[in-house]
Amino acid sequence: MVGIGLLLVIEVYPIIWMVLGSFKSQDEFLSEPFWSLPREWNLDNYVSAFVDGELGKYILNSVLAVVPSLILIILLGVAAGFVLEVMVWRGRGTVLLVFLAGIMVPAQMLLLPLFTMYYRLNLTGTLAPLIITYTAIGLPLTVFMMATYFRSIPREVFEAAAIDGAGIFRLFWTIGLPLLRNAIFTVGLVQFFFIWNDLLIALTFTNSNALRTVQVGLLNFTAQYGAVDYGPTFAGISVNILGTLVIYLFLNKSVMRGLTAGSVKG
Amino acid sequence: MERVLGDKRAILILLGPALFVYTAVMLVPIIWSTGYTFTDGNLIKGFTFAGFDNYIKFFRDPTAIDSLWFTVRYAVILTILQVGVGYLLAVLYTFALRRGSALIRTIVFFPTVLPTVAVALLFRRFFEAAPTTGPVNSLFEFLGLSSVDWLGQPGPSFWVIILMDLWRSMGFYAVLLYAGLVDIPEDIIESARIDGASGWKLIRTIVLPLSLPVLLSSIIFSINGTLKVFDTIVALTNGGPGAATTPLTLYMFRTSFNYGEYGYGSTVALMLTALSFLATLFIFRSTRRDLTKG
Repeated sequence: MVGIGLLLVIEVYPIIWMVLGSFKSQDEFLSEPFWSLPREWNLDNYVSAFVDGELGKYILNSVLAVVPSLILIILLGVAAGFVLEVMVWRGRGTVLLVFLAGIMVPAQMLLLPLFTMYYRLNLTGTLAPLIITYTAIGLPLTVFMMATYFRSIPREVFEAAAIDGAGIFRLFWTIGLPLLRNAIFTVGLVQFFFIWNDLLIALTFTNSNALRTVQVGLLNFTAQYGAVDYGPTFAGISVNILGTLVIYLFLNKSVMRGLTAGSVKG
Repeated sequence: MERVLGDKRAILILLGPALFVYTAVMLVPIIWSTGYTFTDGNLIKGFTFAGFDNYIKFFRDPTAIDSLWFTVRYAVILTILQVGVGYLLAVLYTFALRRGSALIRTIVFFPTVLPTVAVALLFRRFFEAAPTTGPVNSLFEFLGLSSVDWLGQPGPSFWVIILMDLWRSMGFYAVLLYAGLVDIPEDIIESARIDGASGWKLIRTIVLPLSLPVLLSSIIFSINGTLKVFDTIVALTNGGPGAATTPLTLYMFRTSFNYGEYGYGSTVALMLTALSFLATLFIFRSTRRDLTKG
């Protein structure tokens, strides 16, 4: 029992410490011990993080990059999974393997060619490079997971509908998609966390402050405030942590199921 | 029916977009990047053919060898720790807490989904030595020890990175391995208990062998993830002090984007790719050998 208590303290205390810190003044950071509670509960640090730190702009950029990427990943991924698992044609096994191979390749292999490509296509200075890259990197896992989910639906469902005269697109829209509703939600959630938490791609393809996503913006927070102005940095981190916590409170079962399912490959 | 499920036009329309994006943004760049390894230069300067120069340079470059060594050390140690601690937690969930473990599973899993940058900045403060004393050093002082400049020295920085990643990931591996442990049929465990096996012996002789497949896939997943570490380290130490905690991923990023050496950067990226393939192959091979022996 003591062990479990200690485990929970280790997992939870740093987060509580951070959130409490986001309410402290600079003076309290320097003079009070770390376990002290904030003297008063005001939102000065949060105001400062959003107004001077431009946290709102970073969050907006993240949303503008994440939402289109997610829609594209899901649409392309489900359609490809459907063709690779439900439809019958020669070569589908090979194509699925080609998609699978992409899961292992480190993103570092892509950065320089993509950088050159986006530069030549005049896409630098927009969020398009982020959306394109996130979509492509998210596809292998999504296609693979969607194919797996389609495999668990009895083939007779599709065959019966085909015999009844349903065309292939109706089969996809009115039978395939609705049956996969839960799976799509789970996969979407997993991809959301991958993209929202990404630093590497965002750092490579955002060249101005106006384009920074939450993670890149947060990384620059410390530089912006110097190493000593603690409050706003604590508030910025807390906003990130609390946002994730809200999602997790409601959806923890799907999150856990999705993330662990995504790791079992091959 | 075969006409419907084998409709060529539909295959093209539904698969085409995904295949196009995947080919243009992943497959072509992989080949393109491999091509870069035989060149010298960048976007502005232009490229010249360099043969195998970049490969020779890599093995003679002390910084590259250091970051290769750092990457391997980090990946091996963290894999052992996160799969090991994850396994212990999974055993705890399955055999000690039983049905009551749901809440604890959920809480311990939570750091997995937190943004890496936020967690790293949090840990920077948590292990801070100056100008203010962070909780860890306060605890050290309280215990009568002197405070440690954790992120200012190579050795301690390494262990703070490991600790932080363990903190983030152990709940994830616990749930992953837990899924494998609850699949073990109850009656196998019961009959082993009746035969007198309990505690460690039960785990070693019954539970461990039966959970080997899920353990193996966890190790492969872990080694592949840890070899590609980037976000955590950039946000926590930024490769420092000096270049003491610079993994291959970060070294690739620096050579490519700070020094504009596309050819050399691509070579570092290719070495990283080769490393993860070799590691995966090695784990597969070594476990297969064990299975035939036993």
